[in-house]
Amino acid sequence: MACIEARGLRKAFGATVAVDGVDLRVEEGRILGLIGPNGAGKTTALNAILGLTPYQGELKVLGRDPWTAREHLMRDVSFIADVAVLPRWLRVSQALDYVSGVHPRFDRAKAERFLAKTAINRSGKVRELSKGMVAQLHLALVMAIDAKLLVLDEPTLGLDILYRKQFYDSLLNDYFDRTRTIVVTTHQVEEIQDVLTDLMFINHGRIVLSCSMEEFESRYLEVMVNPDQVAAARALKPIHERQVFGRSILLFDRADRRQLAALGEVRTPSIADLFVAIMGNQSGAAQGAAQ
Amino acid sequence: MTTPPNALPETLLDTQAVAAVQIPATRVLYWSVRRELWENRSIYIAPLVAAGLSMLGFFVSLTQLPRYVRMPSADPRHQFIMLIMPYGHTAWLLLLTAFLVGVFYSLDALHGERRDRSILFWKSLPVSDRTTVLSKAAIPLVVLPVLVFAITVVTHLVMLALSTAVLLLSGLNPFILWRQVPLFQMELILLYGLAVLALGQAPLYAWLLLVSGWARRTVFLWAVLPLLAICVVEKLVFNTTHFLAMLGNRLLGGSPDAFSFITPSGAPVDPHFIPLSQITPGRFLGSPDLWIGLAFAALFLAVAVRVRHYREPI
Repeated sequence: MACIEARGLRKAFGATVAVDGVDLRVEEGRILGLIGPNGAGKTTALNAILGLTPYQGELKVLGRDPWTAREHLMRDVSFIADVAVLPRWLRVSQALDYVSGVHPRFDRAKAERFLAKTAINRSGKVRELSKGMVAQLHLALVMAIDAKLLVLDEPTLGLDILYRKQFYDSLLNDYFDRTRTIVVTTHQVEEIQDVLTDLMFINHGRIVLSCSMEEFESRYLEVMVNPDQVAAARALKPIHERQVFGRSILLFDRADRRQLAALGEVRTPSIADLFVAIMGNQSGAAQGAAQ
Repeated sequence: MTTPPNALPETLLDTQAVAAVQIPATRVLYWSVRRELWENRSIYIAPLVAAGLSMLGFFVSLTQLPRYVRMPSADPRHQFIMLIMPYGHTAWLLLLTAFLVGVFYSLDALHGERRDRSILFWKSLPVSDRTTVLSKAAIPLVVLPVLVFAITVVTHLVMLALSTAVLLLSGLNPFILWRQVPLFQMELILLYGLAVLALGQAPLYAWLLLVSGWARRTVFLWAVLPLLAICVVEKLVFNTTHFLAMLGNRLLGGSPDAFSFITPSGAPVDPHFIPLSQITPGRFLGSPDLWIGLAFAALFLAVAVRVRHYREPI
């Protein structure tokens, strides 16, 4: 059974279409990165998956309809909406008490072990914690829940690089066990490149790219072209070209690696570079169509 | 490389052990109510402060106590009222405090969680919208009345103990006081009165909860203005004030039906002490206003549950 399965998922706010007919299938044990510009529909899609917003089309999460079965679903799904949603009046000990009071799959000892590694004071209130500590607390709560699906919507927004690194390290080392599924959105794409198993770009409510990381690595190649071979390289129809220190870097989709190697230094592009290339082409195409 | 053969099964066992635990609905409700008390400490602090204040006033009045007890029994009625007064005042002050706390609590209950975005955290846990709304409705309808009762009884007992001590120190027999102050009967009346208010005011609190879940801002205005508008329109169109009268009756919790304020001999009842003989539970329970009100309370709460299902952070 797929963890998340959507067909023709659509959500409009008045005249604005936030999610425009998305088909999606996320298998168990994957770590999917959902990448898109602001207002692309990522959060709306996640909210539909989490049963926070009604939608049109078909959507099943762990075999259930999230909109009508949120309460049931939340026994197997946990999520961090963003770092600022823990109420400021809540004490750390109260957070532990409450979640262990209402959640059948919460392992309090595990949360305590994780908190012991941080500087978080058990009797402190959320309002007294730094932003990074609030994220650590929320992560401690979520990681102690034996969930099948974890959804992270910009979980590290506004955190410094140390906390961000720690956040993903904890997630991979102490939580992910290949049977759980994780869906994450973030603008700090480069930091999760090594974490992901699957990649999805979303723009204007539509999926513009969906592939596994193996596919990504075999399909996309970037070449720093030798100055005298730029014309030859351009003839191979790159999907994007940029200049760095006076050198041309060309990005190719499904090109022959040996052929490219003759033109310059070949490497796997970063997700960020591919994102810029694809989104740039999209807006270019849109402008072309408008003319 | 070999994996320890027992590594996987152990994890599986752990998972099953945790998964087997089902949390009963009552426990979820219990923790949800506790959560409300953590967030809104005024629910118990305000009645405690009110009790403290009335105790302070009582301390001052203690100096007068020996005089009332020595009073010649020419006017036993007057003596009785003077002795009973502080007990009545305490109960009334706590009732008023609980009402104000309940109103302000309800106005914020489903609004605050959207304002500070914490609704996204609460909704990430397996707690239904119905449980959440019921736990919030339980504060003004169950928790506050129980607190008021407990705090009032304790305050009354302390007052009686202090009075006894003062009388003994003044060389007077405290028996007069014990005979005059029908404490047990007072607490029974208080319990009855609290139940009447909770049932009678239920539609009021349910309405406030509904508006607090629905309105994006200025919850108080959204709660009050529509009701005021209905009153005005009714007055202008039909030149009647039925809606206003109905509102007033709900505000009083239908207590005019629950008590008879005229004794059988035709004398008015002193509000400091309403004797048990003056309660009219039959008339209260038989009044259609009560049942219509409760039906509306149920409707408002059902809509509030629905609204919370749809609502997102503001």
